[in-house]
Amino acid sequence: MSDTHAQSAAFVRREMVPPAAPPPGEVGPLRWVRENLMSSWFNAILTVVSLYLIFMILSDILPWTLNGIWNAGSLSECREIRNARELESAACWAVINERWLQLLFGFYPTDDRLLASWFYAEELAAAGGMEAVFGLAADSTARIEFVGEMKRSLGNLTLFFFGYWRPLLALVLLVVAVAPVLYGSLPRKMLLFSLAYPFIAVFLLWGGSVWGPVTVAAGLVAAILVGRVVGGLWGMLIGLLSAIAAFLFIFFNPLGIIGVQGLFPILPHVVGMLDQIMPIGLPAIDSDDFGGFMLAIIIGTSGIVLSLPLGIVLALGRQSDMPLIRWICVSFIEVIRGVPLIVWLFTASLLLNYFLPPGTDFDLLLRVIIMVTLFASAYLAEVIRGGLAALPKGQYEAADSLGLDYWKSMQLVILPQALKISIPGIVNTFIGLFKDTTLVVFIGLRDPLGLTNAIRATGEWNGIYWELYIFVALLFFTFCFFMSRYSMYLERKLATDHR
Amino acid sequence: MADITDAPRDGFRLSQLLYDARYRSMTIQVIAAILLMLMLVELVDNAVTNLAALGKDIRFSFLWSTSGYDINQRLIPYTSQDTHARAALVGILNTLLVAFLGCILATVIGVLAGVMRLSKNWLVARIMTFYVEAMRNTPLLIWILIVFAVMTEATPQPREFREGGGASMILWDSVAISNRGVFIPKPVWAEGSGLVVAVFLLSIAGIFVLRRFARKQQEQTGKQLPVFWISLGLFFVPALLTFFVMGRPISLEMPELGGFNFTGGVQIRNSFIALWLALALYTSAFIAEIVRSGILAVSKGQTEAAFALGIQPNRTMQLIILPQALRVIVPPLISQYLNLTKNSSLAIAVGYMDVRSTLGGITINQTGRELEGMLLLGIFYLITSLIISAFMNLYNSSVKLKER
Amino acid sequence: MKKSVFFGALAIAGLTAGVATAQSTLEQVQERGTLQCGSNEGLAGFAAPDANGNWEGFDVALCRAIATAVLGDPQAVEFVPLTSQTRFTALAAGEVDVLVRNSTWTFSRDTDLGLDFKGVNYYDGQAFMVRSDLGVSSALELDGATVCIQTGTTTELNLADFFRVNNMSYEPVPVATNAEGQQQYLAGACDVYTTDMSALAATRATFENVDEHVILPEIVSKEPLGPVVRHGDNEWGDIVGWTLMGLVAAEEFGVTSANVRELAEAPTDNPQLNRMLGTSGDFGPMIGLSNDWLVNVIAAVGNYGEIFEENIGENTPVGLARGLNALWTEGGLQYAMPFN
Repeated sequence: MSDTHAQSAAFVRREMVPPAAPPPGEVGPLRWVRENLMSSWFNAILTVVSLYLIFMILSDILPWTLNGIWNAGSLSECREIRNARELESAACWAVINERWLQLLFGFYPTDDRLLASWFYAEELAAAGGMEAVFGLAADSTARIEFVGEMKRSLGNLTLFFFGYWRPLLALVLLVVAVAPVLYGSLPRKMLLFSLAYPFIAVFLLWGGSVWGPVTVAAGLVAAILVGRVVGGLWGMLIGLLSAIAAFLFIFFNPLGIIGVQGLFPILPHVVGMLDQIMPIGLPAIDSDDFGGFMLAIIIGTSGIVLSLPLGIVLALGRQSDMPLIRWICVSFIEVIRGVPLIVWLFTASLLLNYFLPPGTDFDLLLRVIIMVTLFASAYLAEVIRGGLAALPKGQYEAADSLGLDYWKSMQLVILPQALKISIPGIVNTFIGLFKDTTLVVFIGLRDPLGLTNAIRATGEWNGIYWELYIFVALLFFTFCFFMSRYSMYLERKLATDHR
Repeated sequence: MADITDAPRDGFRLSQLLYDARYRSMTIQVIAAILLMLMLVELVDNAVTNLAALGKDIRFSFLWSTSGYDINQRLIPYTSQDTHARAALVGILNTLLVAFLGCILATVIGVLAGVMRLSKNWLVARIMTFYVEAMRNTPLLIWILIVFAVMTEATPQPREFREGGGASMILWDSVAISNRGVFIPKPVWAEGSGLVVAVFLLSIAGIFVLRRFARKQQEQTGKQLPVFWISLGLFFVPALLTFFVMGRPISLEMPELGGFNFTGGVQIRNSFIALWLALALYTSAFIAEIVRSGILAVSKGQTEAAFALGIQPNRTMQLIILPQALRVIVPPLISQYLNLTKNSSLAIAVGYMDVRSTLGGITINQTGRELEGMLLLGIFYLITSLIISAFMNLYNSSVKLKER
Repeated sequence: MKKSVFFGALAIAGLTAGVATAQSTLEQVQERGTLQCGSNEGLAGFAAPDANGNWEGFDVALCRAIATAVLGDPQAVEFVPLTSQTRFTALAAGEVDVLVRNSTWTFSRDTDLGLDFKGVNYYDGQAFMVRSDLGVSSALELDGATVCIQTGTTTELNLADFFRVNNMSYEPVPVATNAEGQQQYLAGACDVYTTDMSALAATRATFENVDEHVILPEIVSKEPLGPVVRHGDNEWGDIVGWTLMGLVAAEEFGVTSANVRELAEAPTDNPQLNRMLGTSGDFGPMIGLSNDWLVNVIAAVGNYGEIFEENIGENTPVGLARGLNALWTEGGLQYAMPFN
């Protein structure tokens, strides 16, 4: 073969030609630019306009941001420094430097005893020791001065990690508690911790006797156990009724209606007894001290977690074939969703007390959490309804054909699947709710925006606002951005599961 | 397991209420009804008791007493000597105004941003992604405050429009952008202006008739009329002709600087602009996502099929892609409108006098009637939402896929 | 699983709900160990937090005085921030024990809202602040002006009345907080900022160029600001009222935080003072307090004059003159009822 070639052609190349380099416009960054920025004259114009816009915005903002002044005691000091440096504009980040702890935690008290004994021991000894400064009989004004001096000398980072260990620990544990719900690969036993977490969080954040949350948890377990045992003996319904009865006797005083006071509810007696035998606890902290970003997280998280069961019930109710139940659920959902959150918050702050039995008095934070829970449950109900509707009809029919009754089929077949595909929607609802927590500023809670008002009211920082707004906006952005990224990831992951 | 194939023969037993699926739902509903009634009675009873303890009662007569406060932006005549009810009405109109205009602007920006996010231009797509993420992941309230601060800080004060000041009016001295708002010319209607408006409205109706005619003709004969140019002519020519024939009955009153502020013209207040812009920008980010996913939801095969039929790209968009994408886009779009309307209650942050600030704010505060005021406020929002949802349901049923 | 979480919350709610209001306010405060004082979210000189979260100011001092009278500890106060819209409801609903938040004593608030004003800690009036280069020297020249005003306050009604009576037109720019009003005014979004004289002065004090702004001489309303309690609990009202009286009387008798302990050691020649400080008679127990309650109060927060000078007086950035708030003996209106 090769011989014939050699005879018929004058020249035959025997080796491969090395591939020629592509023309300069088709390679490397240039090609990228041409394809992605200049693919047509219209795109080229768009690119130029965008570049110009970016330049305009950055040339305004960057010098202001980067020239920012980080160390100053007040806005007027900032201005002096700025003028001394002959800068045209400069951000006064000093306000963030001084107040970021306040923006994160509000007026939540630091653990001063711990700080003093770990980091300020010498001065504490000089001031007369722990009891002389922090004891019950100590002079509170002197204590405030001592603590103020201590905080100035310790610096904000130490305060952050050690002074606020309670909310920080609660946050870390929150992540641990939520993890098994969000990541299916973690051991199921961790769900037990998720169940216990609300009580741990309440104890960490509000403090007080450890026996409060412990006995509440024990009471709930007891009520459920009573239901289980009795139910096993005499049937489900009687079991349910006795569980409710046990619950009422533990937590409320059902006999109060016929005028019997005293022994019931059992819980306070038990707590009191345990407290006397073994007083363990953390210093109690009033809800009024809660504030800042922490408040947003508390309201947002508890709103979503508490609204889940209610949302599930509402979603199921909306699909029920009993007209009255459906009607109740639909009207609840529509009424809640039809009215803005801010109106509900004003209702919580101005009106909720009117509808409670005379003499009851919740604190505002609790009322807001209740209102937010109701609000979120209506939105969650719609999300979960979407999840229920997305399940193929065969699943319902399969459950029915197995002879499962309604609750069993929901519990074992429908809900696990429906909830799983609703998780991205639930996370999105959470992000929305979390952003909406800023509205509590209008009813006087000290959320980050409310704190900016308080900070601007002080003589030193009067008249400052960009820096504070930007800081708060960045806080929320970071949090929400990662949540939404996570929800997108989840959506992708779940989508592959089902197709 | 109960044997459900065997219907009980010997009449009705009490336990059937619980264990027979036929009666059980009835039992549960009756119990639910009783519980609901009990709860409502309890709530009302508590409210009455608590109000009585505070020496209050539930009355709506405060609505007809003199309000005593002024409202800056009013679409209907109102003074501080009018009633609280009228103040509430002024607020309602303000809410509806900002919500309506907000929806329009949000749609425009949202569609643009959504399409641009899909742009082949890398830079533009990135900028739009950044825009959407920044808007969506930061609370609306902060955006409102930031936009408001920008509006008040970045625009000149009215006094800077004086001689020697740094600012000047734009568009041939007809529009002034100041930090108290934008002042635009106000049309003055003289005699004969009614005719001009009538002609204008007629020519708009004419345009619609023309379009319908053109479509019919195309379906029958395949010929396309130059609809765009004829519409353009119809839009301007007759109205302008009448305008000049009638001797220019409509004139403009220009804003002028006088005293402390601009006088004459229409003032579009800063609080309104800030709220409007912030609501529109925030909502547009969500709309952009809806539009993007709507367009992506139309399968690529549709485009290819259209091209295979030889349909031009812009006709493809118009006739093939958009109608299908709209089915996906519109329902969540309307729920975004609903959100925007509800979010307009954040007007309180910039001092825009919407219904929450008048009825739900100052009126409640001056009269101490929080229960009644909040009730009315809730009912207003609820009705508005229900009307919007009704539109959504109407649309949904009209575009529902006709399944066989 | 989620159900039990819900019940847990319910139970906690149930526990918290157990606070019965059958007790008197005094008993509640003593049992709780802290005074819940409704305060401003932030107003320079009157109530503002420092970096450590300690509240300071003129109104704050009165809260601390009441806390000292009842609990013996000036720090035993929870400051509950209330907006101008939520303040009276919060008080009526029992969320706070006393409201000290620049609240004007008016007929309808005192009667219709079911509240009791227990004295006046600051005699105020509504005034106007303008830029001095506007050349305005009287509020009557403000026809056509744009006016920034805080919503939910009495100033809103006063403003409408003032301009209507004087046949002038104006454009209200409602703002939610003092900080916002200041920002709007400084940016020039309004020509005039109107609120209580004291707040105006406090706000003006923090401006970059104080001299560029003037407060017009007209005071268009009477704004007596004072502590408010719920209607009906007279014992508690007496404590709040007489704590304030005690502070004023202390200034009148020359009792200061420096010399009060000394004066309280033995009876002096002033019988009223002796009764005040508990060296004769037993006035404290008459209102359910210890006999040396006022001694503790004055030692902790000082007398009325000291509080004034420390927080809003002429040597502070706020720089308010005593004016109407001087003692009656010095031509002012501050007049304590006799301790007889």
